[in-house]
Amino acid sequence: MNQWKNFSKGFIKENPVFVLLLGMCPTLGVTSSAINGLGMGLATTFVLLMSNIVVSLIKSLIPDKVRIPSFIVIIASFVTVVQLVMQAYLPSLYQSLGLFIPLIVVNCIVLGRAEAFASKNNLLTSAVDGLGIGLGFTFALVLLGGIREFLGSGKLFDFTIYSENYVTLLFVLAPGAFIVLGYLIAIINRIKKD
Amino acid sequence: MNYLVIIIGAILVNNIVLMQFLGICPFLGVSKRLSTAIGMTGAVAFVMVLATIVTYLIQTFILDAFGLAYLQTIAFILVIASLVQLVEIILKKVSPALYQALGIFLPLITTNCAILGVAILTIQKEFNLVEGVIFAVANAIGFGLALLLFAGIREHLDLQDVPKGLKGTPIALISAGILAMAFMGFSGLV
Repeated sequence: MNQWKNFSKGFIKENPVFVLLLGMCPTLGVTSSAINGLGMGLATTFVLLMSNIVVSLIKSLIPDKVRIPSFIVIIASFVTVVQLVMQAYLPSLYQSLGLFIPLIVVNCIVLGRAEAFASKNNLLTSAVDGLGIGLGFTFALVLLGGIREFLGSGKLFDFTIYSENYVTLLFVLAPGAFIVLGYLIAIINRIKKD
Repeated sequence: MNYLVIIIGAILVNNIVLMQFLGICPFLGVSKRLSTAIGMTGAVAFVMVLATIVTYLIQTFILDAFGLAYLQTIAFILVIASLVQLVEIILKKVSPALYQALGIFLPLITTNCAILGVAILTIQKEFNLVEGVIFAVANAIGFGLALLLFAGIREHLDLQDVPKGLKGTPIALISAGILAMAFMGFSGLV
């Protein structure tokens, strides 16, 4: 398979958030700013990449009947790694992402790629797939976080763009997440059709 | 009094779906019909309370007792996954009627982040076992409330003339946003 095609499919064509509608909880929960979205996206990308690599390496050793529990244990181990590293080196990001870091374990994207892709493909293809899908997820989170941060607090990546007197606070609160994502999906659907 | 704060806080003020964004997958996935929404709510409530009790005991008597707190994520997800399997097997034997009603929803629950989320939140908020159970029950009610309200809205949406570009998921998400806006009215209650 063409590795570049394999890598780039995660951005628009098979974007996990906009097209496959997977991993909605972190997508909505952490995107009150672009930086939070970026942090969450990269953390998930790491877990996705590593779990895809390990699953594709040991796929022949895992009996078919216990493969889902085995995948979950592999994923949970890498999530714990991310959790401990982030707690030590990025404590403020760890604070703002909070509960959603351990919840990467139950992110359907990660388990979905392990089951549907990495357990059937070789090391290189699986790694490229994990990286592509992970960065596509990151792209979606940064886009959503950027729009919400811009409309809701007048900033972008923490740089002030316009005065706080003109912001619509609603967009950084819970309802804003649903509404912005709804319109983004509508726009992406439109782009894909053309 | 303390219990009342936990209950109102979990059902209305910090509604698990609309304010904390946990369990969005079933919220969007099984909310197309009112009847499936009721089945899903029953299954989630059942597993959520059971999982909170079991994970609480494991945290207190195994992880904390032996200084293994860093294994929390791995231990909890494994316990929840096996618990779901166990519940499925027991229900099949003991109560076929209940199994018929909840059966198809049970496998979906392992990857429902509301279950793991509530289990971890119970530990983080340092509740005791009674408070933890009340917290889990209240969150299950909050999940059911949001799911049933949303299923009702979506059944009506089917009959409306939605603009072509917004049909399907986009309009569902926007309606969920408006529902979340309504729940914001409860903030400041506790």
